[in-house]
Amino acid sequence: MNEYISVLIMLFLAAATAAGMIVATSLIGPKIEFADKMEPFECGESQIVSSKRRFSVKFYLVALFFVIFDIEAVFVYPWAVLFKDLGWFGFVEMMIFIAILTIGLIYVWRRGALEWE
Amino acid sequence: MTETVVAAAGSGWLRIIIGLIVVLLFSQLNALFLVWLERKVAGHIQLRPGPMEVGPHGILQTIADGIKLVGKELITPRSADRILFVIAPVLVFMPVLVAFLVLPFDQHLIIRDMNVGLLLIFAFSTFSVLAILLGGWASNNKYALLGAIRSVAQNVAYEIPLLLSVMSVVLMTHSFRFSEIVAAQHRFWFIFLQPVAGLIFFIAATAETNRAPFDIPEAESELIAGFHTEYSGMRFGLFFLAEYTNMFIVSAVAASLFFGGWQGPFGFSLGLPGLVWFLIKVYILLFVLMWFRWTFPRVRFDQLMNFSWKVMIPLSLANLLVTAVVVKLI
Amino acid sequence: MQLLIFNAFCVGAVVSALLMVTTKRPVRAAMSLVATMSFLAGLYVLLDAHLIAVLQLIVYAGAIMVLFLFVIMLLNVEEKEGKLAGKTMLLQAFATVVVGLVMVTMVGLFKANGSLGAAGDASDAFGTTKAVGQMLFTEYLLPFEIASLLLLAAIVGAVILAKRRIDDSGTE
Repeated sequence: MNEYISVLIMLFLAAATAAGMIVATSLIGPKIEFADKMEPFECGESQIVSSKRRFSVKFYLVALFFVIFDIEAVFVYPWAVLFKDLGWFGFVEMMIFIAILTIGLIYVWRRGALEWE
Repeated sequence: MTETVVAAAGSGWLRIIIGLIVVLLFSQLNALFLVWLERKVAGHIQLRPGPMEVGPHGILQTIADGIKLVGKELITPRSADRILFVIAPVLVFMPVLVAFLVLPFDQHLIIRDMNVGLLLIFAFSTFSVLAILLGGWASNNKYALLGAIRSVAQNVAYEIPLLLSVMSVVLMTHSFRFSEIVAAQHRFWFIFLQPVAGLIFFIAATAETNRAPFDIPEAESELIAGFHTEYSGMRFGLFFLAEYTNMFIVSAVAASLFFGGWQGPFGFSLGLPGLVWFLIKVYILLFVLMWFRWTFPRVRFDQLMNFSWKVMIPLSLANLLVTAVVVKLI
Repeated sequence: MQLLIFNAFCVGAVVSALLMVTTKRPVRAAMSLVATMSFLAGLYVLLDAHLIAVLQLIVYAGAIMVLFLFVIMLLNVEEKEGKLAGKTMLLQAFATVVVGLVMVTMVGLFKANGSLGAAGDASDAFGTTKAVGQMLFTEYLLPFEIASLLLLAAIVGAVILAKRRIDDSGTE
């Protein structure tokens, strides 16, 4: 418990420091507003199209594969810690688990979902 | 000297808070020092002296730059999502400091030696990814958004080899506790037993910190400044400090996992205290990171993604399996 | 002290959850959900479930929220125009209260007949990586292996859904 209270205090201290620095800047720094300055930065050109455009579906695929392989890694954590205690049985268990997900990786690869042109 | 300060601070809350403030100051002064070091390294690699004017060899240059940043105007673009735009820099800065609580500086200098220490660092590092995505989105600028999306795609792709390479080390130590991981390297550093994992970890960590040659999220020549294009003043400063603090953290984790942390090579301490050994290793790794930046050209985005999914992940899985078999047979 | 932190986290979790359902901007809603997840992780720590707390941050606050945000940005969901009709709003509020009451009653019933363990009976090893793993790889072996099949199905599903788009668009 006490260990985690330190984490909590650290987060507060960090937030306070960051907020303090920003507040200091807003107090000291100049404030001169005019319309052109508040436009999004486009190297001096005015903005033609909105920045909120659709993205390639590949980014979504990458995020999805990440979630899946991240969960795989999550299952590996306790296994790695317990490895000695689990014996050969635990070893085989994890091999089956990883093998099934490796099939997934091979499938994704073969279908070309990993290709970025 | 330190003893009296600690005694004067008394026990309990005050002591914890003062300790944490010291950690915070150390981490930030260190980040400022790293910025100076990076500029010096860059200068000497390109046969020029780097900053020279402020202080001896320009060592106070970053402090001067910091003061200048505080005096700049904070611009919030008209079309930005104001709340998220303001939160993002704070959110990127908060989690990096938590890692300092579990880093093993010396045998008895680990602030909190947690059961899940190693995982805690990874858990809080995910917030940095979210903060970058948030900052890029809230800016409502196409360069910022492109930079943020690329940054996140890159971060998530390299997170998996990073985690899997770390697991090969955990297979040998049976613990996420930093003190136990470092103690297990008393005779042989894990870089000798796990060279592949070490290499994967270092490459993935370079990508995770958005460092060159993987600095696509802020590729100046195509995306202006990437996700922090619209940020000015200390809001930009926070992104910058967080980046350099993150560099220190990944180097410190690499030093603890693969280079024996506070221990000298093959059990010889050569009379140097553990803290010195640790810092020597961390700074050598930091120097290598900087050396990378000024040596390698930036990789293309498709090369970057393909390299992670087609080389790093299969290799780290294979390394994990080989390690498991070897550990089982011994 | 513990009670104070517990209350703070509870209030934080509920408030951020409320923000999530009431805000009209999808990205803000997603960020409120991240806050809710993080407060829940704090509650897990109070329950001595250290590994679960860390995994909550890694998987939910990290990986899954990145996926959510990508989907929101990918679909380019615009701010929803107009206000919700008063009647729908009332209905939703009513449904929330009813579901909440049912949940509280159920927990109360379980507590009364003792199927929920009393608080504070956890041993020192409880919640550590070792304890969780020991359960996962012996008692809950079958669910663990089935999880891999579930993940495989997710991979195949994602590729099939997205592949049509990739084939259509050709080279970009």
